[in-house]
Parts: sequence; structure tokens; C-alpha cells
Amino acid sequence: MSDAIFRADPPEARRMVMLDGVALIFHRPSGLTHIVAPPAPQILEALGEGDASPDTLLERLQRDYDFGAADDLAAALDARLAELETAGLVWRP
Amino acid sequence: MSDARPLVRALTDPASTGDLDPAGWTALIAMARAEQLMGTLAHRLDGLDVPDAVARICADARLSIDHGRRQALWEAEMARRVLAPLGEPVVLLKGTAYVAAGLSAGVGRSIGDLDILVRREALDAVERALIAQGGWEWVKEDEYDDAYYRDHMHELPPLIHKDRDRMIDVHHTVLPLTAKPMPDAAAMIEESEALDDGLRILSPPDMICHAAAHLFADGDLAGGLRNLWDIDRLLRDFDERDGFWAALGERADRHQLAKPVACALRLAETLYETPVDGDVAGKSRAGDALYVRRLLARDDWGGETRKGLRLAFYIRSHWLRMPPLMLARHLWTKWRGKAHHDS
Amino acid sequence: MRHEFRVQVGPAAFRIGSDWRQPLDQMAALYNGYPTPEIPDFTVRLFARRFWRRFLRPSVMIGGDYMLPDAAPLSLAHGMLGAEMGMNLQMALGQRRYLLLHASAVERDGKALLMTGESGAGKSTLSALLGERGWRFMGDEFALVDLENGAIHPFPRLVSLKNEAISLFEDSVDASRLGPLMRDTPKGDIRHLRPPDDAVEKMHEPAHPALLLFPRFGHAPDIREIGQAEVFVRLTQASTNYVMLGEVGFDTLSRLVTTIPSRAVDYPDTESAVDSVERLWAELAA
Repeated sequence: MSDAIFRADPPEARRMVMLDGVALIFHRPSGLTHIVAPPAPQILEALGEGDASPDTLLERLQRDYDFGAADDLAAALDARLAELETAGLVWRP
Repeated sequence: MSDARPLVRALTDPASTGDLDPAGWTALIAMARAEQLMGTLAHRLDGLDVPDAVARICADARLSIDHGRRQALWEAEMARRVLAPLGEPVVLLKGTAYVAAGLSAGVGRSIGDLDILVRREALDAVERALIAQGGWEWVKEDEYDDAYYRDHMHELPPLIHKDRDRMIDVHHTVLPLTAKPMPDAAAMIEESEALDDGLRILSPPDMICHAAAHLFADGDLAGGLRNLWDIDRLLRDFDERDGFWAALGERADRHQLAKPVACALRLAETLYETPVDGDVAGKSRAGDALYVRRLLARDDWGGETRKGLRLAFYIRSHWLRMPPLMLARHLWTKWRGKAHHDS
Repeated sequence: MRHEFRVQVGPAAFRIGSDWRQPLDQMAALYNGYPTPEIPDFTVRLFARRFWRRFLRPSVMIGGDYMLPDAAPLSLAHGMLGAEMGMNLQMALGQRRYLLLHASAVERDGKALLMTGESGAGKSTLSALLGERGWRFMGDEFALVDLENGAIHPFPRLVSLKNEAISLFEDSVDASRLGPLMRDTPKGDIRHLRPPDDAVEKMHEPAHPALLLFPRFGHAPDIREIGQAEVFVRLTQASTNYVMLGEVGFDTLSRLVTTIPSRAVDYPDTESAVDSVERLWAELAA
């Protein structure tokens, strides 16, 4: 998936409430509520800078957050991106 | 015996509701709900002075419609994302098409499943993509229904999305393969028009042809008042366009749908005072009155009336769709299934 | 329809039509004193599938503005249950003005206690019991959350007592508050109970929620905290119109979840449940 480019809706398309360390996201275009775990909210925020490949996203996340080991983060990123794509929160333009 | 004429009158001339008493309003609302026209009615009554209880019910209906509209457009968008890599034309049909294109027929309309039309040659690829990448899966049907859909109908067995619980019907033609008229689905796709996001809608004449085919061929005229209202609103949108009526006549012939289109036009004119072209609509026929009686078969409680007439239309609609032997087999299987459920 | 009965329950107005007189007479007796609306929000129909089934082995079909396919018919003796099921269905599928929670509610000192859980968890019986013991009964089936201020609006329909719960009330309440005993319905034995008078008189008085409980009947006594995210998810599952309401539903539910405490309560019998409720209320809400 590394050569895919991902896009997300602008932040105003979402409402987010943090509960017990997970994010409840109300997505306005679909009217659907999603419950996502980190780093999903951070991915959405990082996509606010513009469309990005997983590699670019990884750089943005490492720049802004301290997630610990980079290998784990890359795996978590792929998993969360897949979930976000299924949920319709990110897509490939 | 009461019928759905008050609903037709309120939709056609909303100001006429000014003389309704509480019982009249109560009946009107029950009929509108039963005919899936409450959202439409609420929009038609917008801005008029209605009793408080009615205003609240209309506000509820508008909320439902807004929700349904958002959901329908989202399902279309999710299908678009999954199917875009195929590079195939994807034509939205019915309610989703009307709201996506901003047509009057979409205002206040309740929308059920997502219906799309694709090229027959693309059917397998579309099905694979929806299931493999999109998260849709087969609705668990018994084997007979499944085989029936594949062999004889104009769509895949319905798929349902495993998270969103919404159905998609993928069509490759407009009527069942067993039906006598053979609309030219390839030509419909050819002539379809692109929306901004790349999804497509039928051309205006084809949209009327499809709506008319749908009105008569799909079931026993159930939901007929709503389907006919679609046709009324579409015709009012298209009426002024250059060459529309001539094109409609041509396309109806091409799709072997001249009769149903003509009849739909006459019924819309009779019930909703729709502006229609006399050449396409043709002269009124003796049978028209029967259709009107069937379409209005609804009482003050929203209940079905004229059971015999309904049954006649039901049998007739299946007769049109299938050769007789196949019909017998189909009905037998349905009855057997039903009897099993009842016991 | 040959017979008609109208009733207002809290903010929702119903008309029930029936091919038979009996179920509506039974309802009119138990709903005596409830307001009669002029233009109802919802229509429910009890009808015979075939004309002759009005008379011969009458079998009651349930219809209405909002319906589910394949609703099985009931015998005429269970007709009133059919009407109540029809009314519930209209609320579940047609309610748009409030966030509808499948929960029971009682009020004390102007504050509401919500109890939710799966069918058979005892929330209905518990609310009815508390209604006889100093609390104001607000509803045993649906709690209606105000979309603007989060208050709970009552929906004090008849309580539908099931099986063992029936005997808890038969000896202690006035016989005029009890409907006919309906044996062997699809849900077992059912007997309807008219809510206490104050519940009917105050059916238009909302109360702000102060505590949310998830009771579970038939387990050793236990009380557990539940995370807010889990509470949120469980309440979306306990709501039939959360998705329909869109963003306002999200706002309403997230406010409810983040502003009131919640606990899971296991109990072996109703007396123990009442004790737990009183204790938790004193500790967390009073």
C-alpha cells in the first residue's frame, strides 16, 4: 500500500469526543459515528496538511508525536489506515 | 368507500388543505405515510399555516428525509470509491439519482436501497470489487431466490454492507430478462450524463422510460402513487428542455416501452395534473380508470383497500415479467415458503 | 376501522383502530384519565387478515404507520397486547423529537434514574416497583432524552408485567389498575398495570438524569463501574433512533454519557435490587 495516496475530509467534517483514551468521531458527510483508537485521530489530523502516502504520513506523525519504536508505528499506521478507509474516513483520490 | 384522493389533492394543491378538519389531517397523514409520501407532503406543506400537531409531524418527516438523503448519497459515494478503479460507467437509478442530480423528484423523497446500472460485461468485476474491497456481502437468501435472481432478473441478488447494513442492487438491464419489452440498457448507459463526482445519471428521456417501466413492472403497483409522483416531478423539470418530448417518444420506442410510458403520462396527468405531450401520451384508454382505482386503493387509516383489484394487478405484473410456466413455478415456491412461515 | 381509541402518553399521541371492540374497551379502562389527542402522531391498526377471521377464530394482525414485515398475528384474547406492541413499534421506528432509549426511568427530588439492559434484565419490573415505593414512575420501556437540554421526558404507558413479575403486584395494587391476565402470549403470561396516578398527572414534567444503571437479574449481587466509551456504545445499541438523529443524537448521547455516573448492577432478586438502587442513588446522585 506504500505507493497509495490517501485523503481525508477537512476537520470541520468531523466532531470528535475523547472517552477513556478512544476517540468517538461523528462524521458529518455520512452521519455515521465511529470509535477509533490511536493513532487514528492523529492520522486524520496529519492528513489535514494535505494528501499523503503512508511514508509521508509516518514522517508527519513522527515529527509531531512521540510514539516510540518506528517499526511498531508503521504497522499500526497501516492497520489504522485500512480501518479508516473501510469506515470512509479516508480514501484514495 | 374512502380512497387516497385527499393525498393526491394535497400534493397537487397544498393550499387546499386549508379546509381540512382534524379527522381530515389524521387521514391525510396516515395515507401519506402508507404511500411513502410523508416527506414529500411535508415539503409541499412548507410555509403553509397548518395545525401545530401537523407542523410537528412534518418536521419529523423532514428530519427523516434529510437523514435518508445523507445516507443515500453516502452509499453512492462509497460505491463510487470502490468502483472508480474499474473505469466503468456507474449509473445511479431512482431516488439516489434524483437527489444526487438535484432534481425536484428528490425533494422530500424517501430512498431505500442504492440502485446502480452497469454494463452487463462489467457485472462480474463490479460484484467482485464490491465484495472484496467494499465490504458488501450476500444477503443470506435461500438457494432458490439466488438462482432466480441470477437466471431471470435484471440485477444481482442484493448485496448488503456488513457494517452499514445498507443494500445495493446492481442492475445490468432495466427489466427482468424474462420480461417482454427489452429496453436497450447499453444505449441507456451510452446516453447517460456524468455528475461532478464522476457517477452518472440517465438522460432525461431514459429517466422517464425507466421510471415508467419501474411503475408498471415492479410488483403490483405497490408504491405506485410515489412512483407516479416521481414521473410528475421529472416531467415538470424536463418539460421546458428543447426537444425533450420528441426525444422521449423516440427513446420510448427504442426501449419497447412506448405503451408503459404513454400510460404513465396519462395517469400522471389525470392524478397530478402533469403537463404532458399529447403525441407521446396518446389517447386515454378504458383500462386507465382501473389503474387509477388501483393507485388510490388506500383508506383513512392507511390500510389497503380493493383487495381483489390489488391481487389482479399482482398476478398481472408477474405475468408480464415471466412466461407462464416459470410464473407457476415461482408462485408455487413463494407460497410454499409462505405457508411454512405461517404455520 | 370499526372501533377507535385515542390516547396521549407523555409527548406522543396515538390512535388505535380495531376491527374488534374488546381490546379497545380494555385499553380505555386502563388509560382512563390520560389526555385524548385531536391529531395523533401515530396510527396503530388491529385488523383481521381475512374478513371472516373477524368472527371465526379471530386472529389479530398488527399494522400502523410504521411496521415490520412478518409480524405474527395474535389471538383476540391478546388483542390489547397487540395494540401495546403496535404503539411501541411506532415509538421505536417513528420517534424523531427525542433521543429514544430502550430504558426505564423513575424520578425523585426532580432527578431521574435511568435503567437499561437487555430484555429480561428486570429494568421494567424494577421501575414499576420503585414507582410503588416513593419514586415517580416515568416509564418502563422508553426514556425520551430532550435534544436541547438532555432532560428525560416521561413515557408512562401501561406497564407490561411478565410471568413472575405479575404476582409481585397482584396483591399490592388496586385491582382496577390491572388489565386482564393474558396467558401463553408469545412473551409468556402478560398482565398490564396502570401506572400510579402521580405518573399520569406528571406525564408532561421532564427531569434531568442523575444516574444510569445497567441492572441484570439472576446473578450474585455485584456492582461494577463501566467505562464511558462502553456506556456510549451500549446506549447506541439501546436506541432505535440514534443514527437517524444524526449530529444532534451524537451531541445528546455524548453529553448524557459524560455528565452522569453509570454502574452495572447484578442482583439475585428484586428486594436486593431495590436495596442496591437506593444505596447507589444515595452515594452517586442524591
